[in-house]
Amino acid sequence: MQPVIDYLPLLLQGLAVTLKLAVSTAVLGLVLGLGLALAKISGRGWLARPAFWATDFLRGIPEFLVLLVIYFGGTQVLAQVFGPGAPEVSPFLAGLLALGLIFGAYASETFRAAFLSVPKGQVEAGRAYGFSRWQCFRHIQLPQIWRIAIPGLGNLWQGAVKDTALVSIIGLEDVMRKSQQAAQSTREPFTFYLVAALMFLVITLISMAVIARAEKRAGRGMAEAG
Amino acid sequence: MQVLADLATEYWRDFLAGTWLTVQLVVLSSVLGLALAVPLAIARLSANRALSGAAAGYSLFFRGTPMLVQIFLVYYGLGQFEAIRGSVLWPVLREAWVCALITFVLNTAAYSGEIVRGGILAVPKGEVEAARACGMTRAQAYRLVILPRAFSICLPAYSNEVVILMKGTSLASTITLLELTGMARLAASDTYQPIQVFLLAGAIYYLLTLAITRLFARLEARFTRYMTDAR
Repeated sequence: MQPVIDYLPLLLQGLAVTLKLAVSTAVLGLVLGLGLALAKISGRGWLARPAFWATDFLRGIPEFLVLLVIYFGGTQVLAQVFGPGAPEVSPFLAGLLALGLIFGAYASETFRAAFLSVPKGQVEAGRAYGFSRWQCFRHIQLPQIWRIAIPGLGNLWQGAVKDTALVSIIGLEDVMRKSQQAAQSTREPFTFYLVAALMFLVITLISMAVIARAEKRAGRGMAEAG
Repeated sequence: MQVLADLATEYWRDFLAGTWLTVQLVVLSSVLGLALAVPLAIARLSANRALSGAAAGYSLFFRGTPMLVQIFLVYYGLGQFEAIRGSVLWPVLREAWVCALITFVLNTAAYSGEIVRGGILAVPKGEVEAARACGMTRAQAYRLVILPRAFSICLPAYSNEVVILMKGTSLASTITLLELTGMARLAASDTYQPIQVFLLAGAIYYLLTLAITRLFARLEARFTRYMTDAR
């Protein structure tokens, strides 16, 4: 137990980096996902088709590979553009872009399904009452999309938290990498990887509770109806 | 495009070997994982609190932590224990291949167990009661009625899990295995052309994903024949 207590401050520093990456990923992913979903349901082929291709491809390849392409590929591109002495892509930025893209790809499907589940008649009714398109979106569609999408988005968040561990492989100083350092210097790998696992488990459990509350809150208009 | 063709001619053997190892890992892990998932699902549904609690705890641990941590726990972690290092199993447990397989099996069993559990719960209650009323024991009802029905209900969700597992096997490259991602990482550092190499690997992974979803679509069509014929 003593080594764990000694290394706890280091591990907590890593945990902060992990959380920062996960939250930034979710924000970027939500924005991308909403944009891609709007492109998919726009009814314009030139906009919808590339969105479908991109998300299909992203969902069919390993997250780890996406991260490697962006990290090493980004550095390759920068080197070609700026020549020798070019800046490198930081592990945090590469992780954010890779995980954000993946989150966005999946979220676009969640949003699209939620969009399509709002009956068309409701929007028509809104329009008939003189709502603008934006008002229909803001006051009629979005609140319902939100309710339907929360469970799916919750799963994506849980996945994103766990995927941040991958970024430790390209050098991000997250909880995973800090545990690795502690494991190497104490020669107690099992102990420290278990501590890392438990930290992730705590995040998962807290997230589960928060998501359940958000679901309840977003569905409060529906609760009585059931 | 020219670069991709050059890469393909120079490295096709490596990519083929890597793809083959990926396919082996996916097939073995999904078969063994499913074999473990069924008892796990039944345990979770058991009235015995200790049994269902243990199964739920297992499921929570493997679904609530990153697979990377799990693979490191097995590959680097097990050696911490004198008892394991001294055991006859150590020469086997030291192999990266074995460690990767153990991790994938334990991990996918947890996710598949949830899917199987959902499938069992989705079997109409009347069918289970009918089986019991016909005089089947619980084991017979499971074997002859519940599990076959649950199987066809589970297939679409299980197809997704196999794709996720396939993507997860890329982590084997972090413990020195040269599966598709491992080979790509080697080729990328050899050629200094990471984008092209990783895109090529990505294309192969994408084809594997398509193959898995096609395969399961066919299985689904076959195992739900009785439903379409009924119309």
